[in-house]
Amino acid sequence: MLTFAIIAGLLLLVVLLLLLFRINALTDVMKTEGQRRASTSNKVNAVLMMVFLIAAGALFFWYSIVRQNEYKLPVASDHGIVTDNLFWISTIVTGIVFILTHILLFWFSYRYQYKKNAKALYYPENNKLEIYWTVIPAIVLTGLVFSGWKAWTDITDKAPEGAEVVEIVGQQFQWTARYPGKDKQLGSFDFRMIDEVNSLGIDFSDKSSFDDFIPRKIFLPVNKPVEFKIRAKDVLHSVYAPHFRLKMDAVPGMPTRFWFVPNTTTAKMREDLKNSGNPFWQEIDPDTGEPKWKNFNYELACAEICGRGHFSMRLLIEVVEEVEYEKWYAEQKSWLSMNEDYLSKVPANLKELAAISAGIENSANN
Amino acid sequence: MAETIRTIEDTKHAHEDEHHDDHHEEGNFFTNYIFSLDHKVIGKQFLFTGMFWAIIGGGMSILFRLQLGFPNMNLEWLKPMLGEWITAEGKIDPEFYLALVTMHGTIMVFFVLTAGLSGTFSNFLIPLQIGARDMASGFMNMLSYWFFFLSSVVMFASLFLSTGPASGGWVIYPPLSALPDAVQGSKGGMTLWLIAMALFIISSLLGGINYITTVINLRTKGMSFSRLPLTIWAFFLTAVIGLLSFPVLFSAALLLIFDRSFGTSFYLSDIYIAGEALPNTGGSALLFQHLFWFLGHPEVYIVILPSLGITSEIISTNSRKPIFGYRAMVGSLLGITILSFVVWAHHMFVTGMNPFLGSIFMFLTLIIAVPSAVKVFNYLTTLWRGNIVFTPAMLFSIGLVSLFISGGLTGIFLGNSAIDIQLHDTYFVVAHFHIVMGSASFFGMVAGIYHWFPKMFGRMMDDKLGYVHFWLTFIGVYLVFFPMHYIGIAGFPRRYYTFTNFDAFSSFTDLNMFVSAAAIITFGAQFIFVFNFIYSIFRGRLASENPWRSNTLEWTTPRFPGHGNWPGEIPTVYRWPYDYSKPGAKEDFIPQTVPYSQTPESNLPHENELIEQEEVKQEGIIVDEASEER
Repeated sequence: MLTFAIIAGLLLLVVLLLLLFRINALTDVMKTEGQRRASTSNKVNAVLMMVFLIAAGALFFWYSIVRQNEYKLPVASDHGIVTDNLFWISTIVTGIVFILTHILLFWFSYRYQYKKNAKALYYPENNKLEIYWTVIPAIVLTGLVFSGWKAWTDITDKAPEGAEVVEIVGQQFQWTARYPGKDKQLGSFDFRMIDEVNSLGIDFSDKSSFDDFIPRKIFLPVNKPVEFKIRAKDVLHSVYAPHFRLKMDAVPGMPTRFWFVPNTTTAKMREDLKNSGNPFWQEIDPDTGEPKWKNFNYELACAEICGRGHFSMRLLIEVVEEVEYEKWYAEQKSWLSMNEDYLSKVPANLKELAAISAGIENSANN
Repeated sequence: MAETIRTIEDTKHAHEDEHHDDHHEEGNFFTNYIFSLDHKVIGKQFLFTGMFWAIIGGGMSILFRLQLGFPNMNLEWLKPMLGEWITAEGKIDPEFYLALVTMHGTIMVFFVLTAGLSGTFSNFLIPLQIGARDMASGFMNMLSYWFFFLSSVVMFASLFLSTGPASGGWVIYPPLSALPDAVQGSKGGMTLWLIAMALFIISSLLGGINYITTVINLRTKGMSFSRLPLTIWAFFLTAVIGLLSFPVLFSAALLLIFDRSFGTSFYLSDIYIAGEALPNTGGSALLFQHLFWFLGHPEVYIVILPSLGITSEIISTNSRKPIFGYRAMVGSLLGITILSFVVWAHHMFVTGMNPFLGSIFMFLTLIIAVPSAVKVFNYLTTLWRGNIVFTPAMLFSIGLVSLFISGGLTGIFLGNSAIDIQLHDTYFVVAHFHIVMGSASFFGMVAGIYHWFPKMFGRMMDDKLGYVHFWLTFIGVYLVFFPMHYIGIAGFPRRYYTFTNFDAFSSFTDLNMFVSAAAIITFGAQFIFVFNFIYSIFRGRLASENPWRSNTLEWTTPRFPGHGNWPGEIPTVYRWPYDYSKPGAKEDFIPQTVPYSQTPESNLPHENELIEQEEVKQEGIIVDEASEER
């Protein structure tokens, strides 16, 4: 491809030089020639308009069909299905306008090319037409807006009672997820308490924080509302989980949130992709030597420029059946139990409780 | 009042006109070409500077496209130019990659498509098309250019800092842009960026005030607002938008300077970076985004409106038809101008802004699609049953209409907050604004250069090279930006140095390669234009006074309009600028300077009534501009 680019570049240079030669010859001719209205080039350009319309149109349809397996991202959340539908409805509506207006644009250009004896139609205005094409787009747009608005208010509404809460914290250049632990209450935090180890600034004077745990990977139960509580430590980041159609900025000093319902487990998604007949997922991944569906994973990325490692903020998400989730949840060791030094930050009257909540077996260090 | 000024001006220029062809007139080289007060020279200064920046900005995009399209390519050969920014492995440094996209955006949006476009054509065309000797204040106009020049120097200098130029994206969101520890570009590069932009805003305001004043006060006799060419309407409204929105960016930048250098906390709160918690509390990162986009969104209209004005004029002239729905065109320009101030937060649907605000801005945003749609339909109807001459300018104008449709339609997706959740900050957005704002405005700018080149330099650009340039650029632009829709629908985020870290973004390597190759070819094709431009300045075919058989006033000036534009009296205007192919008329155009009393054969009934008023006005006017009939 590179050599192709170089060759194309060189070709262009040659064309340029040829034209340079030609221009010299032509200017001489033209200098003596009077003002022409339109030469054969006019016809050529008119024809090229039609050629462009047909070729570009064909290319557009061909590519959109051939590669749909690749650009249609699997969807795994309830609201994602809704927004995807809105997307495709908009695609159809705008697609029709796109095609019609382009046909008119290029067809008119071709059809009404300059002819010596023709005269253009003096047609300065038509209020009726203007009203039509003000009102019709307005109505269509209103339709699109209202459907979008409904979806938007549902999505951004308060998370339902009992939603699983996960805190997602962005920093240069990684995501960290914190779970509230058995008490289902996230402990409070303060950015002044952040240090090398306590990278989230968990406040251990709050008893809700004792059992909080920080896993390596986000686990989520299927078909249950999940609320991400989002914050950032240093600069803006944006929580972006493409398969869940989820995106929300992480802002230092201003917690944000996004709730959703993951509706397909990772295992089920793999199975679905396998059975989808979609050849893209059957391809063998050169790295693993296995078909792509087999190693499908939900991912969390960063979508707001945050510095050098912006492109590398990956965290895996695994959606599992609820039973499995509960089991996994119960097995997780609290952060405090893995960093017992921080018991010293716990106020004296809560130390015992901390040790119990955190699941520390011998709380010797009084 | 305006009259008196004009008389004074007239006498002042009367003796200059005598030797305006003489290159050694009273002023020296510096006063004539460097610190010139003449709007035409200042327009050209903006044009040359804009072209310089376009090549730099475009060249940067080629560099980062190399990284995106050919991630494994060895770029050692760029070391002589980029030095340390090429890593030991022969790759572009990831931070330099961010600096490249940042500077590409900044340069293209502000230095090319704002200063290069408005600066060139507002300056060059406003006095010529409204029939004025010059801008209201030639001195402010000169300052406007030199502030821009200064701004350019500072911005250019920032490219050579050892820590690199600004690299927080062209939107320079704090805290990233406020914290020198967050990214190298937020050190000296960001400081220079802010200084350059402050100077740029001053330049833009000086220019804008001038454009507005000139259009309001210096119109020639008979040039009512309803007879203004659409170009002037567009430049006028663009200047209004700029005047109202740029100061907001200035304050945003100022507060950012305070946060960076004086320890304030306008935008900063609760930050832990480089191993320590910063003392800043209470600031709001969102405040900056609101301020930025209060300019940022009107800015896209600052960029596109002049192009829409230019192409309206060109399409009408070369279709040999009046622009369809002049009043609707003006109305939609006005509508866009007003609405452009109330849609900014659609850039912020998923920034944590209150979702209720999101709803409001979704409604307002989709309203703005209506005037845009009206414009497209009016363009199409103007072409319908025309007698179209494909000059290079006309081709680029048709190209603009196509790009305006393609890019405008994807705006309907992004303005819908529910759909925007997924598409925000993906390549879909990149595709959208590069087509509708980047390419469409660029096409308008290029069309304007082709169209008014004869008036600028007295010579014609070569048509054939223009055709080749158009087709390579038109096809090229689509091949570069259309595929980005697919990449965006697939979810690829923008400003990613590489996509290899994610399974979800691991496909489409072939398409990215294709886009990069197309970008290289398209960029290369621009040098055909540069060649044609420079060559034609010196060796182009001599232009006639009115080569496109156009109606507007600038074509009644001599081949080289001198200082003061018209050697004698300023012509009077009797009609609107779009009397093309009027039934009954001898020619297929009737310039604005031809009174209705001279065209009884083609007058419409209500126009015959205007003849009487003409006679009153005509008192004292001796010059009869019949020269354009030649």
